[in-house]
Amino acid sequence: MKILVCISQVPDTSTKIVLKNNDTSVNGDGVTYIINPYDEWYALVRAIELKEKGIASDIHLITVGKANVEPVIRKALSLGGDEAIRIDADSNDAYETAGYIAAYAAQVGYDLILCGKESIDYNNGITGTMLAGMLDMDYIGFATDIQVEAGVAVVKREVEGGEETDQCNLPLVISCQKGIAEARIPNMRGIMAARTRPLKVVEPSKIAALTAILSYELPPAKAGIKMISPDDMDQLVDLLHTEARVI
Amino acid sequence: MNATEPMKAIKGGEFLIRETAADSIFIPEEWNEEQLMIAETCTNFLAQQVTPNLQRIDEQEEGLMKHLMDEAGALGLLGISVPEELGGFGKDFKTSMLVTEKLGAGHSFSVAFSAHTGIGTMPILYYGNEAQKQKYVPKLASGEWKGAYCLTEPAAGSDANSGKTRAKLSADGKHYLITGQKMWITNAGFADVFTVFAKIDEDENLSAFIVEKDFEGLSLNTEEHKMGIKGSSTRQVFFNDCKVPVENLLSERQNGFKIAVNILNLGRIKLGGGTVGASKDVITASVRYANEREQFGRAISKYGAIRYKLAQQAIRTYASESAVYRACQNMEEATEMLIESGLDETKAKLKGTEQYAIEAAILKVHASEVLDYVTDEGVQIYGGMGYSAEAPMDRAYRDSRINRIFEGTNEINRLLTVDMMLKRALKGELDLMGPAQKVAGELVSIPDFGANDDDNLFSKEKKYIANFKKAILMVAGAAVQKLMAQLGKEQEVLMNLADMLIELYVSESLQLRVEKLVSLRGEDACKEQLDIMRVYINDAAEHLAKSGREALNSFAEGDERRMMLMGLKRFTKTEDFNTTQARRNIAAKLIAENKYCF
Repeated sequence: MKILVCISQVPDTSTKIVLKNNDTSVNGDGVTYIINPYDEWYALVRAIELKEKGIASDIHLITVGKANVEPVIRKALSLGGDEAIRIDADSNDAYETAGYIAAYAAQVGYDLILCGKESIDYNNGITGTMLAGMLDMDYIGFATDIQVEAGVAVVKREVEGGEETDQCNLPLVISCQKGIAEARIPNMRGIMAARTRPLKVVEPSKIAALTAILSYELPPAKAGIKMISPDDMDQLVDLLHTEARVI
Repeated sequence: MNATEPMKAIKGGEFLIRETAADSIFIPEEWNEEQLMIAETCTNFLAQQVTPNLQRIDEQEEGLMKHLMDEAGALGLLGISVPEELGGFGKDFKTSMLVTEKLGAGHSFSVAFSAHTGIGTMPILYYGNEAQKQKYVPKLASGEWKGAYCLTEPAAGSDANSGKTRAKLSADGKHYLITGQKMWITNAGFADVFTVFAKIDEDENLSAFIVEKDFEGLSLNTEEHKMGIKGSSTRQVFFNDCKVPVENLLSERQNGFKIAVNILNLGRIKLGGGTVGASKDVITASVRYANEREQFGRAISKYGAIRYKLAQQAIRTYASESAVYRACQNMEEATEMLIESGLDETKAKLKGTEQYAIEAAILKVHASEVLDYVTDEGVQIYGGMGYSAEAPMDRAYRDSRINRIFEGTNEINRLLTVDMMLKRALKGELDLMGPAQKVAGELVSIPDFGANDDDNLFSKEKKYIANFKKAILMVAGAAVQKLMAQLGKEQEVLMNLADMLIELYVSESLQLRVEKLVSLRGEDACKEQLDIMRVYINDAAEHLAKSGREALNSFAEGDERRMMLMGLKRFTKTEDFNTTQARRNIAAKLIAENKYCF
C-alpha cells in the first residue's frame, strides 16, 4: 500500500505576525516555520505507524512551495517517509494547491492520501476534499482513528456530540485530527537519514487559483492576563463581574 | 608574525597577546539545518518529557530519571559525540555543545544527562583500550547502561590527587581490590558503570578503573539531601575490597590524575554551554511573567527598573554564549590540525581540548556566574511569586547554585586560569614577556592621544579590547616581577588577574561575534546585538579597572604604583554613551518577542 502524506509549512504558533505591502501580505522575515501540526502529529505519524505494522509499503511526502520550504519537508522526512516531493510553486489558494497535488498523485497512484484536517495558518480545511474530488476518490474528514486491512479502511470520525465509524474501500483521502496518533520527536537516526532520502522537485501543472487575498487584518490585541491567587475567590468573582462582565 | 595582525586561528591563551579575525570564529547564528533539527529535538524532548515532570523528578520518583535517560537514549541524544563505529553519531564538538545547551534547561535531568555523556562516558571513550571501548561505550551511547564518575572523597575535593582510596592486586593477580569511599557521585543511584579513581599501593598518583555496579564489594549510601538539583541522584559510593578485573584498569597505572584533569577540561566548557541554555530559559520565563504581571495598571515590563533587569540578563547570557562557541570552534580546529599531523582521533581530541584549558576554565566561571545572576534577577522580577515554591524561579534559583561548585569550584578555576597562563609563558609556549615589556615601555612614554579610526563600526570596541590586553599585561607583569615565587600564595591577586582575563576573553568574543553577524546580516538587522556589545564592554572596562586597582594597590608602591594606576586608567577608559537607552532597546526587543530572542 502506497501512502501520500500532504505536508504544509506554517508559521510557528508563537510567531508575531507582521503585515507588509499595505497589509496585502505577511512579512516572512524572522518567522520560524514548522510543519503544520495536523499534518505532522496526526497524518504523518499515523502513516509511519501503518508502515511499522507492515500495512504500508511506501510513504511519500508532498508539499507545495518554493525552495524555502525544504527545511520543513526534510524535518518531516526525519520523522519518517521514503521520499519527498516539492511542487515548485507558491500558493495560498486551496483549489490551486489541491490541483498541483492531484496532478502528481494521479501520475504515481496512491492507495491512501492523508492530510491534516486544516492548516493552522489559512485554516481553509478544504484541500483534502478538493483533492478527493479531483482524483475521484472517496473522502473521510476529521478522522480520529484509521485501521486498514485487505484494501478496506475502517475510520472513526468525530461528529457532533459523539463518534461515527465508517468503512470504505481504498483508494481514499482522509483528513486527520487529534487522537489518531501520538506526536513523535525526530531521533538522531532519522535526522541524519533525512539528508540522504530523495527530495524531488516537480514543476507545477497548469492550474489557476480561484481566489486572491485582497488584504489581511490583525485581530485586536488581547486583554492582559490577570493573575489571581487561588485563595482569593472573592477577587476572581469581582473581576468576572466588573471587568469581564460575564457574570 | 606581526603581533597585531589578526590571526585565523589562535592557540590556547593567545587571546591575551593576539587579535582574532572576526570571520574566523563560529557564531551560533550559523547553525546549519541538521544542527537546528537536533536542537529542536532536544527542546521538544524537554517540553514533552522533562518540564511537565520536574516536580516528580525532584521527588526522585522511583525509576523516573532512569526512564527519561532511556528515552533520551532512544532519541540518540546520549551518543551525539560518540563515534559511529561505537554506536554513536560521530557529531562534532559544536553540535554536542548545542545539545548540552538545549538540554541545559532541564534542571536535574540536565545534570544526569551531562554526567552520563561527559564524565560517565568520556573516560572510557578517550582512555579505554579497544576491548574496553567495545564492551562499554556502545551501551553507554545507547543508554542501555548509565555512567558515573567517582573522583571526590570526603577529604579530597579540590585537591583531588590526595584521595585515600586504595587499590591492591589480589593474590592471584587477576583482580585489583579497591577500598575507599567516594562522595557527591552524580547518577550513583542508577549507574551501571563507574569510572573510579584510586591509588595503587603507595603510588604518588591516581589510577583509574572501570567498575561495574555488580562487582563484589561495591555499595551505595542513601541519597544526599541537597539545596537544589534534588532530582539528580547523588550518593556516596563505598568500595570494600571491591573486585575489579585487572583488564579494567583504564589507561596506564598512575595516569588517573591526567585523565581526571583532561575530562574536567571537557566538562568545564560543557558546563558553560549548559548554563547558557538554562539562562536563556530563565530569561524567557522572566520576560513572559513581566509581560503578564500588572501593577499600578500596567504590565511590569513597561517599567524601567524591570527593563534594566531583562536587558542585563540577556546581555550577559549573549556574551557568555559568544565565548562558549568561539572556544568550541578553536578546540575543533586544533583537533583537526592534530589529526592532519598524524595523531589518532582520540588523542587529537584530548590534546585539542587541553590546548584550550584556559578558555574552558574561563567559560565555566563566567557562564555559571551569569546563570546565578540571571536566576537571582528572575526571582526579583517574579517578586513575591519568585519566592514561592509554586513558581518556576524557586527551582531555577536553587538548581543554579551548584554550577559554581562542581567541575572544580570557580575559585579553583580562577586560580587555574592564571596558573596555566603563567606556566605556558614560562615554558615558552606563550610569549607574554615581549608584549608585557612593550606595555611597560608605553607607560613611560607619551600617551597616544591619536583619534580612533572612526570609519569602522567596531574600531572603538577593538581599541578598548586592545587596551584591556595592555591592562592585564601590565598588572600581571608587575605582579610576577614584584611577587615572584610569592605570587602563587597571593590568591587575592590571582583572583583579580583571573577576573580581568575572563572579562577580556568574553568581551573580545562578543565583539567578534557581533562583527561577524553584522557582516552576514547588515547593521540594521543587528541593532540590539550592537547595543549588547557596547553595554557589555563598557561594564567590562569598569570591572577590569576595579580588579586591576585592587591588585596593584596590594603589591605596588610609590611612584611606580602611581604610574601603573594612571596606565590602568588609560587602558580601561571608554567613551561615555547612553547605556540606559541601549538597555531599553534590548529590553524592548525581548518584551516584543516575549522570549529570549538573541
